[in-house]
Amino acid sequence: MTTAVSQFDDAAVRFPRPLRLTFRDDLRSTLLSWLVKSFLFVVTFCSVAAVLLIFVFVIRQAAPFFMGDGGSAQERIREFFTSRRWFPEHQAHPEYGILAIIAGSFYVTIASLLIAVPTGLLAAIFLSDIASFRVRQICKPLIEILAAIPSVAYGVFAVMVVAPWLQKNLGFPTGTNALNASIILSMMAMPTIISIAEDALTAVGREIREASYGLGATRAETILRIVIPAAHSGILAAVILGMMRAVGETMVVWMASGNAAQIPSPWWDLSQSVRTMTATIAGELGEVPQGTIHFHSLFAIGLVLLIFTFCLNLLSEHFIMQMKKPKR
Amino acid sequence: MERLSPQSEPRQPGPIRLAEPDAKPEIQQTVRPERIIIQAKDFSFYYGSKTGVEKITMDIEAGSVTAIIGPSGCGKSTFLRCINRMNDLIPNTQADGLLTVNGQNVYDKNTNLVNLRQQVGMVFQKPNPFAKSIYDNVAYGPRLQGIRRRSDLDAIVEQCLRDAALWEEVKEDLSKSALALSGGQQQRLCIARTLANKPKVILMDEPCSALDPLATARIEELIASLKGTYTIVIVTHNMQQAARVSDRTAFFCLGKLIEYGRTDVLFTNPAKKETEDYITGRFG
Repeated sequence: MTTAVSQFDDAAVRFPRPLRLTFRDDLRSTLLSWLVKSFLFVVTFCSVAAVLLIFVFVIRQAAPFFMGDGGSAQERIREFFTSRRWFPEHQAHPEYGILAIIAGSFYVTIASLLIAVPTGLLAAIFLSDIASFRVRQICKPLIEILAAIPSVAYGVFAVMVVAPWLQKNLGFPTGTNALNASIILSMMAMPTIISIAEDALTAVGREIREASYGLGATRAETILRIVIPAAHSGILAAVILGMMRAVGETMVVWMASGNAAQIPSPWWDLSQSVRTMTATIAGELGEVPQGTIHFHSLFAIGLVLLIFTFCLNLLSEHFIMQMKKPKR
Repeated sequence: MERLSPQSEPRQPGPIRLAEPDAKPEIQQTVRPERIIIQAKDFSFYYGSKTGVEKITMDIEAGSVTAIIGPSGCGKSTFLRCINRMNDLIPNTQADGLLTVNGQNVYDKNTNLVNLRQQVGMVFQKPNPFAKSIYDNVAYGPRLQGIRRRSDLDAIVEQCLRDAALWEEVKEDLSKSALALSGGQQQRLCIARTLANKPKVILMDEPCSALDPLATARIEELIASLKGTYTIVIVTHNMQQAARVSDRTAFFCLGKLIEYGRTDVLFTNPAKKETEDYITGRFG
C-alpha cells in the first residue's frame, strides 16, 4: 500500500487531516455517545415509569375498597358494577353502585360523538378534497384553536349560554343536563376528529385520486369509493381519539351535566341530568376524608376509567399503525 | 440500432442552444387530415404566471403511437395532461388557444369531463392501483358507467387483463390486493384498468420510468399490440424507447414544440440543432 501511495505522492493524494482515528478521539467519541445514550434512555424511561406508577398507585388505592371491611369482596364488586344507587355519604347504609355513573359517562360520550363524528368527518372531507388551498390554510389553524381553549371556558359557555337557551327554547326543566354536556363535549372533540381525519384523507396520495378522476369518476365518486375506503383506518383512529377526549373530559361535564347519578328514564331522554365518572372523582375527592371506603371507592372509579381509556388508546394505536404501514 | 447522428456531414459542435425565442417549429406534415384525432392550435397552458407550454401546434393521427420527448420541465407532461384535462386538479391554471379531441375543444365550458376522461384514458408515471382487489381495480371504470351484472363485469375484466398481457399471471387470484403485485404488473394492471373504459385514446405519462428493463420491455410489447386499436400518446425520457415504439415523435424544449415528424426521420436526420443536441445526448 505504501508503495502505491508513494507512486502518486502529489497534492492530489495528500490528505491534510488523518483518516485514521487517534486513540484519544476514539475514546472521547465512545464515552460521549454512551453518555448521551444513557441520558436519553433515562429521560424516556421516566415517562414510561410514570405511566406504570399511575397504574400501580390507582390499583393500590382502589384495592382497599374491594378488600376492605364491611362485606365480602365479591359482594362489593357486584354492588359496584350492578347497582345504580350511589350514596357513599349515607351514615348508616352507604351504597356504592356506579352503574348510573358509568351510564352517565356513556351517555355524554355517545351523544357527543353522534354530533361530533358526522360533523367532523364532513368538515374533514371538505378541507381535504373540496376547499381551496387558501381556505384550508385559514380553516385548519382556526379549528385547532378550538382545542386550545381551556375547558373551564367551555364550561362557562355551557352554563351561561347553552343552559338558558335549552330551558327557554326547548322547555327543558333544567339547563344543565346530558344534552348540554354532549353539545359542549362534541365541540371539544371536533378539532381532534377533524384534524386527524383530514390528515388521513390527505395522506391518500394525489396519484390515487388522479387515477380515479382519469377513469371518469366525479369528485363525489372519487371521495366515496376511493379516498374514504383508503383512509378508513385513520378515520377510525380520529373517532377513537375524539372519544377519548370526551370520556376523559372533567370540567365541562362537572359544570354542564347536572351531576345527578341517575340513568335517564326513558333511556333516550337527554334533557335529564346525568353524572360522569370524571365529574364524580373531581367533585368528591376533595371533600372526602382520606382512608375511608368512600375515598377508596373513588379510586375504584378511577381504575375503571383508566382501563377504559387504556383500551381506547390501544385501539387507536392499532388503527394508526394500520394507516401508516404500506398496505398489502 | 439506427444511427442517431445525421447522415449528412456532421455539424460542428457549437455551443448548446435551447429553444430560440421566436423560432418556428419544424413540423413535417405527415398526418393525414382525415385521420386527425387530437389537434392543438397555438395551444398554451399556464400555471399561475408560469408558462407550462406555449403555442403548441400539432396534429395526432388516430391509431398511431406518438411519442413526446424532451428534457425535464419542458412541458411534455403538461401538454399530455391537458388532453384529458387532468391539470384541472391543480388550482390557478389557465389554458389558451385550441386543443381538440375528435373535434371537441376540451377546454370549452361544455366539455363533458366524465365522457372525455373515459374515452381519453391515462396511464401515469408511477403505477397507482387502488388499494382494492385486482378485479375491483379493473371493474372500477365499468362500474362507474353503471355496469352491474356480474357476468358482464367478469367478461370485461378477463378481456382487459388479457389485452394488457396480465391475465395468465393473475387469473388464479383476482381477489388478491393489487398492491401485492410487482411494479411492472401493477403498471399493466393500470393499463388494463384504462382499457376497461373502452377508450379511444390512451395517454401514457412516462409509463416505464419506475420499472426495470424487463418490465419496460413488456410494456413496450403491449404498446405495440395496442397500436391500431387505440391512439397512444406517450411521454418518455427514454429516447430509445421513443424510437422503438412510436410512429411519430415530437420534441419539446422549454415549453415549446421544436420539431415534430416521423420518428425515423427525426432520429436520423433532425432538422433543428436543438433536437440534434438532445438526441445525441449533448444535453438533457
